Amino acid sequence: MSSPTRGPRFVRRITQRFAGPEVEGGDVWDAIQLARHQDRPYPLDYIGMLMPDFEEIHGDRLHGDDAAIVAGIGRYHDRPVAVIGHQKGRDAKDRAYRNFGMPGPEGYRKGMRLMELAAKMRLPFIALIDTPGAFPGADAEERGQGGAIARSMLTMLRLPAPTVAVVIGEGSSGGALALGVADRVVMLENSTYSVISPEGGAAILWRDAGKAKLAAQAFKPTAANCYRWGVADAVVPEPHGGAHTNPEEAARQLDVYLTRTLRELDALSVADRRRIRRDRFRRIGAQRELPPDSSALMAQSAESPSGGAA
Amino acid sequence: MARRPISISIDRLRGRAPAQKPAKLPGDERSCPRCETHFSAQEFARNVGVCAACGHHFPLGARARLDHMADGGRWTPIGEELRAIDPLQFVDLQPYPERIRSAEAKGNTEALVCGELAISGQTCVAAIMDFGFLGGSMGSVVGERFARAADRAVELGCPLITVTSSGGARMQEGVLALMQMAKSIVSLDELNDAGLPFIVVLAHPTTGGVWASFASLGDITYAEPGALIAFSGPRVIEQTTREKLPSDFGLAERQLEHGHVDSVVDRRELPARLGSLLRILHQPPRPVPSLAGQLAANGSEGAARIARALPQLSRRLRDRVLGEGPQRGGQ
Ligand SMILES: [Zn+2]
Repeated sequence: MSSPTRGPRFVRRITQRFAGPEVEGGDVWDAIQLARHQDRPYPLDYIGMLMPDFEEIHGDRLHGDDAAIVAGIGRYHDRPVAVIGHQKGRDAKDRAYRNFGMPGPEGYRKGMRLMELAAKMRLPFIALIDTPGAFPGADAEERGQGGAIARSMLTMLRLPAPTVAVVIGEGSSGGALALGVADRVVMLENSTYSVISPEGGAAILWRDAGKAKLAAQAFKPTAANCYRWGVADAVVPEPHGGAHTNPEEAARQLDVYLTRTLRELDALSVADRRRIRRDRFRRIGAQRELPPDSSALMAQSAESPSGGAA
Repeated sequence: MARRPISISIDRLRGRAPAQKPAKLPGDERSCPRCETHFSAQEFARNVGVCAACGHHFPLGARARLDHMADGGRWTPIGEELRAIDPLQFVDLQPYPERIRSAEAKGNTEALVCGELAISGQTCVAAIMDFGFLGGSMGSVVGERFARAADRAVELGCPLITVTSSGGARMQEGVLALMQMAKSIVSLDELNDAGLPFIVVLAHPTTGGVWASFASLGDITYAEPGALIAFSGPRVIEQTTREKLPSDFGLAERQLEHGHVDSVVDRRELPARLGSLLRILHQPPRPVPSLAGQLAANGSEGAARIARALPQLSRRLRDRVLGEGPQRGGQ
């Protein structure tokens, strides 16, 4: 992969273009279809194009190996980096093997093994996010799905070296965020990032999974919107028509972004990186704050205890 | 997968399906969904929402929980001034602002109420979820209040206690709600750095994004009897995998068997249990490590020797300059 000199400016220009008006209506559903396109490059495709020298690790050393998550160390621009990603399958057999990119706790624990290595060797950590969510199964629950996701976030938050999370396809629910607590969170142009998949949201809010399109329009989970909300720090352009039309070009654009970003993050101290990373997530949210002398607030605090001690 | 043999306790649990709501009776009377005992609102309050006959734990509001846990029912609110907005202009079956308004009309200001309090004389900060406010869902205000509660705990150097009861992330705030999971983890990392304990009490139900973030990272984790604790709820799992789940799936007692909680604690005993835990955890003020000690620990023995000698050197220097005798040294 050559190092294109016009890269940084190009990424910035595209990012500004995406800071424009919200994407609404039918466009959102189109974005979801593109994000899920079966020919879209998956983590192993990007790894193959960006770091041909790659050693995959397997197993969580507790129970099993989860094929919905691939993790390993690769050689990237003459240095070792840790890479992880949700891996979906392309044909029926592969999809079943990869469990449709829905990890169980073993997948996140394998990820934490990689994080331990990255922490020890101070390796940059790159996460490629693409999942409809963590797997909802009784076995996964009993082996600690919730705790695995939470611990994955905490372990990633504490990594000493630069961390970058890239949403390459669909980023849905805690199953995606488990790999998303990074210095920089970036989304490919046609990727989506949401609290839940449109089908899952429709089942909960409309009690009808068939209302997925309606749910997608309500969640508006496009890259452009996530950039506006401060959830994504940048939007990486894809080739015209989507990443699947020209995977090499998609990988080249990602390479441009990663190279520039790792250079920026390398310049910071471990302490600064961790402080900036914490501040980044601490700031996310939308709420209002009543003035301290607000009547609503006074009424609230003057309210007498409702239950009283037993 | 280990299956628990059928026993009497499963039959007892079967009677209290998670979705079941207490039947509203005329006046203030309530009836227990498990044993059908009727009792008055006063009895309900006196027993902090626990059926005196069978021990069934009803949902309990955050304020009532704080009143119950705090010494003398006294606590100072944290983050009350934060209120929800509608960043996505979200409409499902009802516009989000209407949902907020009707939830606020029921008397609470958000799904998390935080306060500074003492339990058995031990200062702590508590962040208590309220299932009555939009299903205890975690949106931006819950995330920010939790962060401020953790900040306060760090300021005070005291433990943070949370009681969770939540359906998960607040759908109506979309991906911003999802991000509150990460935000809560940031707060826990601040507690880590400050060396402060985080105590979790899992109440019915603790599911989705709350269980997959701060709720499952307690240093000590209690659960209330019969509380459903799961990332994916039983309905979602049954729909996705076509599995038939056991009737006690995800319940506190089963989570104890699977090693996900430390203890199942009756709500009526919670203040005493927390008080005793806080007493055990209480640390005398830590001595500030000396400069010499820190340098020696870092392997800079030479620098440590100089640092150790510094007070003596400066005393000698002062004595020489001021002409004071060593017997008058020390300040
Ligand atoms: Zn009862």
